[in-house]
Amino acid sequence: MSDNNSIEIKDLKVAYGEVVVLENMNLEIGEGEFLVLLGASGCGKSTLLNCIAGLLDVKDGEIHIKGKNVTWEEPKDRGIGMVFQSYALYPQMSVKGNLSFGLRNAGVKKDEVERRVAQASEILQIEPLLNRRPAELSGGQRQRVAIGRALVRDVDVFLFDEPLSNLDAKLRADLRVEIKRLHQRLENTMIYVTHDQIEAMTLADRIAIMRGGLIQQLDTPYNIYNNPVNKYVAGFIGSPAMNFLEGTLTPGEAPVFTSGDLSIPMAGYGLTQTLGTAPMQGVTLGIRPEHVLFGDSASSAPFSREVVVEVVEPMGADTLVWAMIGDLSFRFRVEGQLQLRSGDKVTIGFDPARGSMFDAEENRI
Amino acid sequence: MTKSIVTPRGQKPNRISAGRIILYSVLVVAAVYYLLPLYVMVATSLKDLDQVREGNIFAIPLRASFDAWVKAWDTACTGLYCEGLKVGFWKSVQITVPSVLASIAIASVNGYALSYWRFRGSEVFFTILIIGSFIPYQVMLYPLVIITREMGIFGTLPGVIFIHSIFGMPILTLLFRNYFAALPVELFKAARVDGAGFWGIFFQIMLPMSIPILVVAVILQVTGIWNDFLFGVIFAGTKNWPMTVQLNNIVNTTQGVKEHNVNMAATILTGLVPLTIYFVSGRYFVRGIAAGAVKG
Repeated sequence: MSDNNSIEIKDLKVAYGEVVVLENMNLEIGEGEFLVLLGASGCGKSTLLNCIAGLLDVKDGEIHIKGKNVTWEEPKDRGIGMVFQSYALYPQMSVKGNLSFGLRNAGVKKDEVERRVAQASEILQIEPLLNRRPAELSGGQRQRVAIGRALVRDVDVFLFDEPLSNLDAKLRADLRVEIKRLHQRLENTMIYVTHDQIEAMTLADRIAIMRGGLIQQLDTPYNIYNNPVNKYVAGFIGSPAMNFLEGTLTPGEAPVFTSGDLSIPMAGYGLTQTLGTAPMQGVTLGIRPEHVLFGDSASSAPFSREVVVEVVEPMGADTLVWAMIGDLSFRFRVEGQLQLRSGDKVTIGFDPARGSMFDAEENRI
Repeated sequence: MTKSIVTPRGQKPNRISAGRIILYSVLVVAAVYYLLPLYVMVATSLKDLDQVREGNIFAIPLRASFDAWVKAWDTACTGLYCEGLKVGFWKSVQITVPSVLASIAIASVNGYALSYWRFRGSEVFFTILIIGSFIPYQVMLYPLVIITREMGIFGTLPGVIFIHSIFGMPILTLLFRNYFAALPVELFKAARVDGAGFWGIFFQIMLPMSIPILVVAVILQVTGIWNDFLFGVIFAGTKNWPMTVQLNNIVNTTQGVKEHNVNMAATILTGLVPLTIYFVSGRYFVRGIAAGAVKG
């Protein structure tokens, strides 16, 4: 066992009756790392977090926190603090009561409680709220108090269960930055569950993308974005989502991807596996909308084509354009100042080397 | 088609339609229908015996006095004793208060445990408890007589309190379980992370949030136990008969003159406690005690 790991999960299995939610889950989280568990609802990410917290019983496997096997430990003895989506503040206690509840339960001395509450409320700037009830706070303030409750416990590991999902868009962006700042200041290990890819990309040191109880890819945001290991990850990460072209890949000196009447030279694409000689059916080529070139630069791209603009979605900074390539509705992103109209003919192109190819089993080629 | 002269603008005017008038008429009639017996009771209890004998039950009391009330409370005869309802009143208080406290205390813990601390077989346990509430009392009476006799509490106050506590259990447990199940489970999780145990979470988190359901449980139990006749007459013993049993004895006395005014006063006195509970506790049905715990 390495000393640098804050959390180790070994062969974890969780089941509700006959339904197996997690199986053979192995995960190592480094000291001070910010790990995001990302996935659609029902993928097992919250289950995993609850297991680490000790709020769910495991069927099999071990959980180690700070080198200590905590598989059978109570949540309070695991050295964790947790922040919930619904804040879960104790409604009949003041903010101060909420913050100090855990410390009072642990029998911490009164002046020490005072000191830690003062420190946490200073960090989170909630000092003026200490005597209020949760009902008298706004959503953002409530979530700060909830974070503060984890903070005062002076723990090694912070667990966040979709903490920003109940907030409106602006507050979410503000608190996101604050959580990142908090991590930089405290340097604790943090595990953060979300279904929001923006939160995942912006906060994480590493992202674990989960699906059906399995980790699809565990990597840095950069690698997940640029080298998704399978089609699911490719489609999940990125907004707007990646374009997928279905077709056939003909291997050789200069591999060519064909889809309908499209023929795209794949020279320069970094293959991750050696291909046979036979053409491969059912291959998917994924191109991110932001990697599509437009105008003059498009003509000189390895692949270019004239398309008719179908729908334009201006978003200010940039504009999302929908056009048909073959029978596929293809989206690409252009500069926001460009005034395009439905029916305009434009030339777009892309470098296939920046794309991602997946075989019939949806794994990266 | 004629154009309306008034352009619709601003608040829509309230018009009393024919439907409304019919609706209110029906409501008034229904209200009168239900209030009439109460009027008869109060009026009769204020009359003296001479006016009662005239037989016009809707007549307004001519010489209104509380003499009948005082008699019902203080000197009305039940069988051999002529000490009034006050004896039964105090016995009822002695039965009701401990029964209500005990049944709610146990049932709230039951409900809390069943919704948060699931154990193997907890669902089966709960189902059995619920089925228990469907079994008619009559079936259980004789076995319970034997059980309380063997326990040595048959015909005593503890005996009848014990019976009331048991019979309150199924419905109260259901009530508390469903209430706790509707509270956000994340509160419970947060409290566990904060190191609170079974009783810590119950007393510090759950109970303070349970005021509305506690009020409901108190109303349910006080009225139920206060109005009970059967268990009182069987299990309490003759010395401990509650107010309802005493009322029955006063009203059904066959000796002497039928004192309708005293009977009415005694009946109202007996019903006063549940009535007061309803009026006083109504305003404690405050919604949103849990507001602020979750979401915004």
